[in-house]
Amino acid sequence: MVVLLLLLIPLIGASFLFLYKGDHQFASTASLKLSLVSLLVMCLRLFCWHTPEQLSFTAPWLTSLGSSFSLRMDGLGTILSLLTTTAYFLLFWYMRSRTIERPAAFFAWLLLAQVGMLGVFLAMDSLLFYFFWELALIPMYFLASQWGGARSVSVTFKFFIYTFLGSVFMLIGILYLQSKTADHSFALESIKKIKLTSDQQSWLFWFFFIAFAIKLPVFPFHTWQPDTYEESATPVTAILSAIMVKMGVLGLLRWVLPLFPIASYMWGDVVMSMAVAGIVYASFLAMQQVDLKRLIAYSSIAHIGLMTAGAFALNQLAYQGLLIQLFTHGINILGMWILADIIERKTGTRSIDSLGGIAQHSPTLTIFFVIIALANIALPLTNAFVGEFLLFAGVLATPSTYYWAFAVAVGLGIILSAVYTLRMIRAVFYGQPSARTSMAIRLALHEVGALVFIVGLILFFGICPQPLIDMTADFSKDLFGQTDITSLFRKS
Amino acid sequence: MLSSLFIKDRNYIHALALAGLAVLFAINLAEFDGWLLFEMDLSGMLRFDRYALVMNAIGLASFFFYLLLSGSAMEKVGPHHADYLALLFFICAGLFMVTGFESLLILFLGIEVVSIPLYILTGSDKRNLKSNEAALKYFLLGSFSTGLLLLGIAFFYGARGNFMATVSVDPTVVGSSLQLAAVLLLLFAMSFKVSVAPFHFWTPDVYDGAPTVFTSFMATIVKVALFAAFVRLFEDTFSLQFSLWQPWVAGFVVVTLLIGNLTAVFQQSVKRMLAYSSIAQAGFMLLAVYTINGDSKEGLLLYAASYSLATIGIFAVLVYLQDHTFEGFNGLAKKQPIVAASLVIFSLSLAGIPLTGGFLAKLFMIKAALAYQPWLAIVSVVMAVVSVFYYFRLIQAMYFRKDAQSISIEFPKSFPIGLLVTALIVVLLGIFPEAILGLLYF
Repeated sequence: MVVLLLLLIPLIGASFLFLYKGDHQFASTASLKLSLVSLLVMCLRLFCWHTPEQLSFTAPWLTSLGSSFSLRMDGLGTILSLLTTTAYFLLFWYMRSRTIERPAAFFAWLLLAQVGMLGVFLAMDSLLFYFFWELALIPMYFLASQWGGARSVSVTFKFFIYTFLGSVFMLIGILYLQSKTADHSFALESIKKIKLTSDQQSWLFWFFFIAFAIKLPVFPFHTWQPDTYEESATPVTAILSAIMVKMGVLGLLRWVLPLFPIASYMWGDVVMSMAVAGIVYASFLAMQQVDLKRLIAYSSIAHIGLMTAGAFALNQLAYQGLLIQLFTHGINILGMWILADIIERKTGTRSIDSLGGIAQHSPTLTIFFVIIALANIALPLTNAFVGEFLLFAGVLATPSTYYWAFAVAVGLGIILSAVYTLRMIRAVFYGQPSARTSMAIRLALHEVGALVFIVGLILFFGICPQPLIDMTADFSKDLFGQTDITSLFRKS
Repeated sequence: MLSSLFIKDRNYIHALALAGLAVLFAINLAEFDGWLLFEMDLSGMLRFDRYALVMNAIGLASFFFYLLLSGSAMEKVGPHHADYLALLFFICAGLFMVTGFESLLILFLGIEVVSIPLYILTGSDKRNLKSNEAALKYFLLGSFSTGLLLLGIAFFYGARGNFMATVSVDPTVVGSSLQLAAVLLLLFAMSFKVSVAPFHFWTPDVYDGAPTVFTSFMATIVKVALFAAFVRLFEDTFSLQFSLWQPWVAGFVVVTLLIGNLTAVFQQSVKRMLAYSSIAQAGFMLLAVYTINGDSKEGLLLYAASYSLATIGIFAVLVYLQDHTFEGFNGLAKKQPIVAASLVIFSLSLAGIPLTGGFLAKLFMIKAALAYQPWLAIVSVVMAVVSVFYYFRLIQAMYFRKDAQSISIEFPKSFPIGLLVTALIVVLLGIFPEAILGLLYF
């Protein structure tokens, strides 16, 4: 039942806000309270509710088609739901002190997007998965278009078309799989029982992979991403990059790897090359950027590249790292976006050139920024270190013959990320204050609260990552069991 | 059959028409349970099986919403309000004939009963040159295709010696050249009637020229009922010549999808865009003819309902706008939030986005096509993506663009509510399609 609760809370909130148009005060308070309730439900699930009955929900739905409304929270679902509820809570907390046009509609769309994303994370039926996949996209389309910059309508439309194109191919794949199941069902369990030949796996792999590759985005499908991130309002960008890209990773881990393990191995080198090419390419581009948001956008592509490489490293170490990274990356990038938003709002610019010297007058902001930025480059004792370390170790242990090349590229990406992040810190916070930064930036209470929470999470999981590992160990073990290429070949 | 009760008296007003439709709908539903108002010997001419009944129910329900939303707009076209309604009911009677035909003669009669009032309605805006031109064009090309139809039926009679729409297993019939000619002629004639490319050339001009209220009726209720007849004809009669006509239909599907979608992208007028979109949607519905299996027949029903309601909804708004281009919709979200929200749902449904009836309809069609020809399924989904380009322009205009000249748009008071109800039904179809499909089996 907990899964149903997690979906219902934001859904009710969204419908309420759509119908009852309140002012900013009302809408943000209501959303904050709802997200707090969601977070509490999630905490209860972590500490009290463990039985399978509590973690799953199934109801008949579209039975004539062979579908059902079936949700279940496994390790992957747990960590992503935890991320979603935490990130929404933090974002709404921060939004208390940030005004926005038409607040009721804005918050309502955000909550509706939350329903879609949580649904994607928890759906155990491929048709239901597709439903939620699109349900998450529509609110994002409206959010990014209506509350964005001057070019946002066309940029967001490109994003929408791109994603939709990917997803219809996935739909064909889903329909094909359904026609192959013994009981003509869309359920994941039934699909897993199909014996697919390697040829079938091969083309199905691409039909699914493209949808997820666009969402992630993996190089060379990333062209929508920097523009969309730059043009959207920053809270929307934060949701896009902290949570929504995880839909793509989840797609790989839940639908691609376990269903098409042989194809994943066959095409592993290709995908790994795309991923590491993306890491290096995005890192170099990030170094050239003068716009704060674009810089973070490119750094996000690099991080996503690393996650994709980890997914196709096909070993338990990498899976484990990836699962942790899902959570930590989400929290860290959310922190980055909140800080970028604060800087943009208070100084009126995102251009790195016209910033500088903020540290002289605003030490608190600087401390927050430095800690979160260091976490973003995975310094030891920050939360991202464990995940990135495991990912790197996993890439080294990949069954591919080119493992060394991938490892070198990934290592280069890690070094470059330090280069552009530290450069950004220097350019924005140190040096001589410019006209725009000569005033002290005062942080509102809610902003400090959200940032302290984020820094707390960074340090806590940096020092003590074991809870995250425990949460996901079963899933990574299970996933490795399904994708272990040596045992698969031995069987066949 | 059922509407004969109503065609007799002409002088009813809007409310009476709505009430009449409600009664017809109730009678139609009652017939599902075998509860007949009156029994008639149809001597093998008509057969109202469940499929036909569901189709009629959908047609009647769409007609009901059509009158609800656009009924008052009919008065703007000309002074003969009651006559228009009578003609529409005539068409409705014809539609019952084509969905339930058992003999090809009835099919022919039904199509004529549908077409002739449509010619009149197309030209009903007498002072408008475009309307007259459209009527003439429609009449000439329509007669031509009726000629093809008649010739096809004649060949059919030549091959079989009767008009019955049943499968003939007689080997002398199956392979005969007369039969082949009949199949192709009937295929072309029916394709013309449902505006499938390359027989679509009349559609944009006629739809554009006809008064918007009647375009709405033509593009939706008439079209989907003719599709039901199309499927019935080819399933009941020609399923043994499958290999002969199936490649033709596959070609038509591809051409229709390409022409309809790609041309619609470049339209500036929403009315013309909808005309091309109706061609594009016909391409999807044609998949039901191509595949002839359970999935696609169910899909056609969903398609009929969701496509009709959504298109009727958009047309109903269009009637009230002065500016029929996309700019005319600019800033509508601010002025009329309920209308705009409903239009969003209609557009999403037509584009095939989940949680709307349009998505499930397309899902059924693609699923059916996948069983025969995977590439056909791929072409159709790619074209569904293309359709997003023009349907979303409507959303973009309403929500993201400000209007330059703030013309206030006046709707009748109850109009937004009616529109919203229609939109909700479209959504409900996407969540609980069993509401319609269940009628087929229970």
